[in-house]
Amino acid sequence: MGAKQFGARVERFEDKRLLTGKGRFIDDIALPGTLEAAFLRSPHGHARFTRIDASAALGMPGVRAVFTAQDLPGVMATQPIPLIVPNPALKASPTQHCLAVDEVCYVGQAVAVVIADSRYQAEDALSAIDVDYDPLPAVSDLAAAASPDAPRVHVSLESNVVASFPMVSGDVDAAFAGAPHVFKEKIWQHRGGGMAMETRGVLADYDEREDMLSVWTASQTPHIGRRILADLLQRNPDQIRVKAPDVGGGFGPKAIFYPEEAVIAACALMMRRPVKWIEDRREHFLCATQERDQHWDVEIACDDDGRILGVRGSLLHDTGAFVPWGIIMPYIASTTMPGPYVLPAYRLDVTIVLTNKVATTPVRGAGRPQAVFAMERLMDRAARELGIDRAEIRRRNMIRPEQMPYAVGLVFRDGKPLVYDSGDYPKGQAVALEKADYEGFEARRREAAAQSRYIGIGIANYVEGTGLGPYEGVSVRVLQDGKVMVASGATSQGQGTETTLAQIVAEELGCRIEDVVVTLGDTRAIPDGIGAFASRLAVNAGNSAATAGKVVRQQVVDLAARVLGVAPEDIDIEDGRAISRHGNRESITFGELARFSQGQPGFSFAPGQGVGLQHTAYFTPTQATYCSGTHVCEVEVDIETGGIKILRYTVAHDSGRIINPLIVDGQVQGGVSHGIGNALLEWMKYDESAQPVTTTFADYLLPMATDVPTCDIVHVETPTPLNPLGVKGAGEGGTIPAAAAIISAIEDALSPFGVTFSETPLTPDRIVEKLAKAGAYRWKGTA
Amino acid sequence: MKPAPFEYHRPRTLDEAVELMATLDNPKVLSGGQSLVPMMNFRYVMPDHIVDISGIAEISGISRQGDEIRIGAFTRQREIEFSELIRDAAPLFQAGLKHVGHRQTRNRGTIGGSLAHADPSAELPTVCLAHDAVIEIAGQAGRREVPMREFNLGFMTTAVGYDEVLAGIRFRPWRPGHGYSFQEFARRHGDFAIVGAAVLLEVDAGGVVERCAVALCGTGVGPVRLDQVEAMLAGRRLDDSLIEAAGRAAGDVDAHEDFHASAAYRQHLAQVLTMRALREAGARAASGRS
Amino acid sequence: MSSVTITVNGKEYRREVEPRMTLADFLRHELGLTGTHLGCEHGVCGACTVLIDGRTGRSCLTFAVQADGCSITTIEGLASEDGTLNSLQQAMQEHHGLQCGFCTPGVLMTLTELLSDVPSPSEEQVREALTGNLCRCTGYSGMVAAALQAAKSMQSERG
Repeated sequence: MGAKQFGARVERFEDKRLLTGKGRFIDDIALPGTLEAAFLRSPHGHARFTRIDASAALGMPGVRAVFTAQDLPGVMATQPIPLIVPNPALKASPTQHCLAVDEVCYVGQAVAVVIADSRYQAEDALSAIDVDYDPLPAVSDLAAAASPDAPRVHVSLESNVVASFPMVSGDVDAAFAGAPHVFKEKIWQHRGGGMAMETRGVLADYDEREDMLSVWTASQTPHIGRRILADLLQRNPDQIRVKAPDVGGGFGPKAIFYPEEAVIAACALMMRRPVKWIEDRREHFLCATQERDQHWDVEIACDDDGRILGVRGSLLHDTGAFVPWGIIMPYIASTTMPGPYVLPAYRLDVTIVLTNKVATTPVRGAGRPQAVFAMERLMDRAARELGIDRAEIRRRNMIRPEQMPYAVGLVFRDGKPLVYDSGDYPKGQAVALEKADYEGFEARRREAAAQSRYIGIGIANYVEGTGLGPYEGVSVRVLQDGKVMVASGATSQGQGTETTLAQIVAEELGCRIEDVVVTLGDTRAIPDGIGAFASRLAVNAGNSAATAGKVVRQQVVDLAARVLGVAPEDIDIEDGRAISRHGNRESITFGELARFSQGQPGFSFAPGQGVGLQHTAYFTPTQATYCSGTHVCEVEVDIETGGIKILRYTVAHDSGRIINPLIVDGQVQGGVSHGIGNALLEWMKYDESAQPVTTTFADYLLPMATDVPTCDIVHVETPTPLNPLGVKGAGEGGTIPAAAAIISAIEDALSPFGVTFSETPLTPDRIVEKLAKAGAYRWKGTA
Repeated sequence: MKPAPFEYHRPRTLDEAVELMATLDNPKVLSGGQSLVPMMNFRYVMPDHIVDISGIAEISGISRQGDEIRIGAFTRQREIEFSELIRDAAPLFQAGLKHVGHRQTRNRGTIGGSLAHADPSAELPTVCLAHDAVIEIAGQAGRREVPMREFNLGFMTTAVGYDEVLAGIRFRPWRPGHGYSFQEFARRHGDFAIVGAAVLLEVDAGGVVERCAVALCGTGVGPVRLDQVEAMLAGRRLDDSLIEAAGRAAGDVDAHEDFHASAAYRQHLAQVLTMRALREAGARAASGRS
Repeated sequence: MSSVTITVNGKEYRREVEPRMTLADFLRHELGLTGTHLGCEHGVCGACTVLIDGRTGRSCLTFAVQADGCSITTIEGLASEDGTLNSLQQAMQEHHGLQCGFCTPGVLMTLTELLSDVPSPSEEQVREALTGNLCRCTGYSGMVAAALQAAKSMQSERG
């Protein structure tokens, strides 16, 4: 039968080229005659502007052109980028213009582009461009932005509130009235970013002879990019090719379509030469989308046994100056809060407000980490107040596996009722606790206390909707040399999609995995696609790959049967060869069959015979499929400095059937490192004029190798009935409950002092501040 | 983030370097580049001329000269980190270097660069201050010396004139077996210190402090010596209650506020880290005597 | 313009460069050795790490003119002529020590130096060495395991 690929720890195809420096990232692509671009960006959080004088810049060495909004072709001069994810709750949906027309709404917004022989020279010219700015008050604080007398984030929008909606199930007022216990928490979750190691970049080239505009872009969504470029440039989409090369990390911000992509494409058309723009890190800090800044004001009602009667509250979400992806993130947050718990009544009033900062869009977890943080803080609070063990109170409230499929009573972001398809939450928690030796923790705590060390343990659960539609197609084609070409609109920024799709096709089709050639994210290779985000590719592309592989396998069998003169049932497939069960086991290779399938001029095919050995399948999910998991974290707190060390981290992870455990473990481990960043380090700070303050890697802190322990990962596989492979998404689960588990552990470590925390990131100075107030320091403390 | 254009010079001698600094318009000395080049890449600093001092043999290296140790300005931090001479005579340098950046930084960065750049949180200037080092500066009028206490003039401003070159440092090492400690709190390994405390200590057979130096980084515009704390410690037995009192006094240091940390938190750290440094230096001093 | 002679992966190159051209850009664009990556251009992420005369340094903080007369080793110089991965590269593959691959060149150079200086490092030493290299994908566990395994296999290769 050949090697079993599905579920195997297959080493990745991608590695050889990446380990030898032969990766092809956007800045590695060299086209002769390429010009380089630099963008002039607003220094103001909010300003109007009139005149842009580039005359001095145009005279500088190597400068070929300077373009502003009115120089852009088509509708780009006046129309903003279309809204990708509309929602009826949006009262206004400001999206960004490709180049600002007369108003800038965040520091970093692009107002002009310089095209020069080198990036060095393009940057030289930026300072020679004069813009007549008329600064306006910039709105920085999200709470202030929501106030009716706040200055306007956009001159044309009277209110900074762009959407508000309730997320409701059950009767929350009845639940709270007469509830024996009600606990309130105010939670602040700060801004942060995806911060991939590779910044953004675009290379565009117009071939006049073919009338083909090619755009390479470090994007998670090249097919969507093509749609938008076609609209903005008013060009036939078939005359635009968009391809994502090797991309150095995505995590969400690279799923957005950015103005620079359209501008560089337009520049290539205008200059009739290839034009490249590679974002630098400072630009990335200013202009790549970020996530959150949220105020949660929530309360939980419980009975004496800690059973939840209801949860209600409000979420104020900062969307920044624009809404490129609508209100996806806070919407997802509002539907994630119930988690794995039976929640008889729930109401979250969500308000989404504009500020004069770069837009916020989904970043790994996409709003779920924030919802889980809020819910798990409430659970810890209830546990503490009622004197119930934190794991036990969660167990008491968990949805049982017998209750699957479980209707939560809300509508998910895909427009469908939120129904958990499969999952065993009690088992996940039990498995995590066992692996983390939760039972043995008190002994460890006593031992540490004897050495005057403070350690704590924390726990957090989550349920995550993955595998969102509408589709991700995979085409499979056998070539005359035996190679199996696989193409998909799926993209990879490190998830190993090339390898997992090859595994699935090889297994279903019966070819050797070495013969599979995968092309991802190229509009030329497959006409329709969506892209990588929301942990959707294993489900969508995985199932499409399996279907296409199966269909082509049947084509192979049928054709081989015809050629070898036997019945299809008498054909075996092994390692790219079709073998007859009869006589001397005559066989024929896939490549030879492919030649047959191309036909001979003038001759007819047999009845029922298809052309080529090929099929494109588009798996279209009916709804999301729900992953779940439990994280258990052990920390040590240095109470004198507020320094935190994570001693041990355990993950129980259910993402359905696993295609490649090596890759899934990598996603979990990597996801946890983002969670550690969210919990302890990553805080994108702005001052009162909405000037970004943390704009370098020295100020915006990413976890280092000394900050992230190797996690103990245990897999719980509850396959989903919603797709043939039974798979769910795996890219974000590592992040989602991490901050909650870590803060829970810190609070536990400091329980002798009775201090509590409800913010992320939680920084050492805040810990010291609270400990000082609690009288922890017997020598002189500070106020 | 590409730097602005500049002309490049690589003098062979210190005199040549000084001549260039005095005659060129808008020059900057390039030493290890670990602090200067990021600023150039951000275009915070746009020199028209770069004077690369990496080729000047006379300002490179560690040597003993009489009862002093001399370290040339263009001595890579890595060399100091692994120097046996420094390990034996002035281990506080190595203790401080453990916290300086990362391997790549220390391979290229130099002591002169760190001193001239004068980041308020920098470890090497703090160690120099604890050792009462003398900074050698070369200018058109010849060589001059500035005691480390007078070296920092303001935020990232030093006594090195715009037309001068920092040539090296010299200091008298403390007694063999002296106590030393560098305690720092940073957000991650190798990050700039929020606050750091450097202590040098000599004690007699009874544990009485004969000599001490206590310096902090991260609280002011440059490293500071805690003279009052030192006065409190001199001539007294270093026990827990003295250490606590010294810590309290250290916590009174003037501290600034920025988006990394509040003044109160820095003062708190000054207190905590001074106590930890005194404990560690005390233990080393005690065992150093035996 | 300045004349520089720089040896990269054993091969000598003579070029005219602007003084402000960084070593990273020289390697990538002047020589077409795009394996060395730029992640921040301010000396923190480490993706640009190369060996300069055998010692790791950030090529984004080094001008090409400063490397005149020096010998540079980049990721392209690690595998053998016929493309066989060395022990460290193989270990990285086995232990899933890379995902997107963008930080990987710098990581490999840092670990190459570490294993040369400290043939039997502890996990703590490996992690400390890697603090000069930021990775956003892997959470570091794979590359740490890879370094420890490579140390073992290199020791047994030495016999």
